[in-house]
Amino acid sequence: MEKPKFNWSIWMGVVLSIFAFLSYPLLFVNWPVTRDFPWANIALFVVAAFLLFVGIRRAFAPGRRRLSKIFSALGALLSVLVLGMFILVAFIGSRWLPASTRAPQVSQKAPGFTLNDTNGKPVSLTELVLQPINGKPAKGVLLIFYRGYW
Amino acid sequence: MRSIQKNLDQFNAVGIRPVAISVDSPEESRELCQKAGYTFTFLSDPDLEAIGRYDLVHKGQGIKGHDISRPAEFLVDATGTVRWRMLTENIWVRARPEQILEVAKALQ
Repeated sequence: MEKPKFNWSIWMGVVLSIFAFLSYPLLFVNWPVTRDFPWANIALFVVAAFLLFVGIRRAFAPGRRRLSKIFSALGALLSVLVLGMFILVAFIGSRWLPASTRAPQVSQKAPGFTLNDTNGKPVSLTELVLQPINGKPAKGVLLIFYRGYW
Repeated sequence: MRSIQKNLDQFNAVGIRPVAISVDSPEESRELCQKAGYTFTFLSDPDLEAIGRYDLVHKGQGIKGHDISRPAEFLVDATGTVRWRMLTENIWVRARPEQILEVAKALQ
């Protein structure tokens, strides 16, 4: 029986699949090209799958220890779970949004509001629309509703 | 948000004022603006005044299980009329600034 060698491709595959998942919310979401569709992350998963495939083949080659087979199978299983999580976060859970049927439509009046700015000063939609920008009358406002960070 | 800041001069040049709205408190938004270098207006809507009127409430989705806003963008002209909107189907997908600038240029 040959001396067991470290099956690096399995572990590289596992680490890479975890990176492929985490790099979407932490890194690739910063650029529209890699955010609107997670190309980069899918590419990383493909490379991870290749490494895992190579690793599994090596682990199940004749002469390998049973422990190597068990670990490589667990590693592959973990990677599949990570891929599942990624699909859930990037494609499925991200679409669970309320219907918003009463949201103002194009050519409808935008509902007014008065909210505090970062200095705690109340600001109304009317003021935002009327306040000049760099000395010139404003043509409009872009309201960006976002989920918030806290 | 980052892409809005990057294109802020262009938005100002076409007479459009970007305004970010969330349930975060003024202090939390101020901290975010300082950290990320955002210089446009951030409004705090913890009682869902505007978020409710625009029908954007996403129940129980905050970190503390509180109600938050779903992501959405509205371009409102000087008469207070909605001229363009984007209610994304996927929270990771947002309108691109070039897309909004294109519409903004068409405003009289």
